Amino acid sequence: MPLVQVLADGLVVGAMIALGAVGLTLVYAILRFANFAHGELIAWGGYFALSLLTLATGWLGLEAGGIGGLSIGWALLAALAGAMVLTAALGIGLDALLFRSLRRRGGAITLIIASFGAALALRNLIAFLYGPTPTYYSRAIPMALPLLPEEVAAVTGQIRMTPDQLFILGLTAVLVVALHLFLSRSTLGRAMRATAENPDLARLFGIDTRVVIRWTWAIGGMLAAVAGVCFGLTAQVRPQMGFDLLLPLFAAAILGGIGSFHGAVAGGLILGVAESIGVHLIGAEYRQAVAFVVLIAVLIARPAGLFGERD
Amino acid sequence: MADLLGIGAYLVFFLVVALNYAVACLGLNLQWGYTGLFNVGVAGFFAVGAYTTAILAGPDYPGQFGGFGLPFPLAWAGAMAMTGLVALVVAVPTLRLRHDYLAIATFGIAVVIQLVAQNAQWLTGGAFGLNLPRPLFDAVGDPVLWNLLYLALSVLVVAVLYVGLETLAQSPWGRVLRAIREDEAAARSLGKSAALFRIQAFVLGSMIMGLAGAMYASFVGFISAQDFLPILTFQVWTMLIVGGSGNNRGAILGAIVVWALWTLSGRVMGLLLPAEMQARGAALQIVLIGVVLALLLVFRPGGILGERRQVSRHL
Repeated sequence: MPLVQVLADGLVVGAMIALGAVGLTLVYAILRFANFAHGELIAWGGYFALSLLTLATGWLGLEAGGIGGLSIGWALLAALAGAMVLTAALGIGLDALLFRSLRRRGGAITLIIASFGAALALRNLIAFLYGPTPTYYSRAIPMALPLLPEEVAAVTGQIRMTPDQLFILGLTAVLVVALHLFLSRSTLGRAMRATAENPDLARLFGIDTRVVIRWTWAIGGMLAAVAGVCFGLTAQVRPQMGFDLLLPLFAAAILGGIGSFHGAVAGGLILGVAESIGVHLIGAEYRQAVAFVVLIAVLIARPAGLFGERD
Repeated sequence: MADLLGIGAYLVFFLVVALNYAVACLGLNLQWGYTGLFNVGVAGFFAVGAYTTAILAGPDYPGQFGGFGLPFPLAWAGAMAMTGLVALVVAVPTLRLRHDYLAIATFGIAVVIQLVAQNAQWLTGGAFGLNLPRPLFDAVGDPVLWNLLYLALSVLVVAVLYVGLETLAQSPWGRVLRAIREDEAAARSLGKSAALFRIQAFVLGSMIMGLAGAMYASFVGFISAQDFLPILTFQVWTMLIVGGSGNNRGAILGAIVVWALWTLSGRVMGLLLPAEMQARGAALQIVLIGVVLALLLVFRPGGILGERRQVSRHL
């Protein structure tokens, strides 16, 4: 396989990791704990979309087939939108039921073990409700298209990507730009950054941190749902999908500097490419080990990450 | 009469497994209860202990690393040493950093160990797992009697660990651990290297988990990757929190209580659910335990026994 193809595949995986890592890092920035349940938001996003897809094609009679060369049709797009709302609600609900009362008692570390327990419960709830077997949104086999003109491909090797993969890259780019504008321009986005910087001072300036916290979960949940649907599109929908993504998410967030939005995006893309190269060299079964190696290397060499501030 | 014997034999089996968990739980208590170190990779360290025992004590298979056929005391010691080494690899880069990083790194090492257990056929047997002889099983002959003897050995190990850990906790070393947990800046201002003490406590706690893995492998006689899923980490954590972290008696009690609830709820699920729902029933069981843990954390964070307050003898 030409190197350019390995890199391109890595970017698609990296885009999904980035979407997850952004949510993880936002929760860390605002609530200051490593949320081991974030992977499950991704998995639930994927399964919400699966259920809504059945509803949309069955009840609303939306076309299940793809638009253009995509295997994504209007039905799946509608399901994705619905899944984003539901996953955001799941994040907010989890916070209201569990994390909020633990926050009041103090101790970020209790929050970590609670999130670990919540992750197991959420993951097994999927296995209970949907069964353990993996499924797909669509049985269509996507056609991979050559992207580079012949003259270039003769030198570098050809890149082939399915329309779905291109869609994932485009959607991620749009979401990242939108979130960047939101965090830098809007009042709420600025309030989020202020709360991340110094919650007490933010409250003193009249920022309602409860609203900020709700929106943090909402944004994290929506991005997680997109990541989950993208994962389902390129691989499969399975109860373990969130758990399998969790280590890459943490590695990406720490690589970028935990708490940093831009860092999480960059970290996600770098990690995706690193995984792709690692899989090419040592085989797919050790994919997650790449994330662990990156994680330990960052912790030894530059614990603050690429974009993080030093403690 | 036969029924009574059956129940007795089952009880012995149950207690051996419960005490096996209790050993792991004591290791976690040293890390979390006394030192405040967050280890999300219990299953990984347990697995290292189990696989090392199988490799050192097991028979020689063609194409398979290991099969040294060492006597069990040596294999157990080797298992503890190996687990300590793996713990050191995680501890050194992370323990000078924020506590979340240790949590994430231990999670990572457990994932990697699980990958190795599943895929490294030459080392771990992959999906086929590893067989090892159970110590003195043939010499004893009767399986029920052997279980009983193994229970006696488990009780002995737990007792020795309990006394040892209590002595450690009362020692100046144990006081420094608690001081670091409560107020690191104050402990540092007294000239104690927080990172060094943390690394010691973490490695020692992980070695105890490795011992638990070694005991498990020797008792069951067969291990595979399925035995060391993340659920194991979660069970040991639940045991510690239910029993009361920071309390060694709580760790042992929690292991027995939670394992009893776990097997009991498994039985109830087995009776209530039809055969085709059994796999989902196991999932539901984990959901329920997860909810119980969350409720406990919210409403009774101290557990059943809670931590005894340690005040100077002179007050």
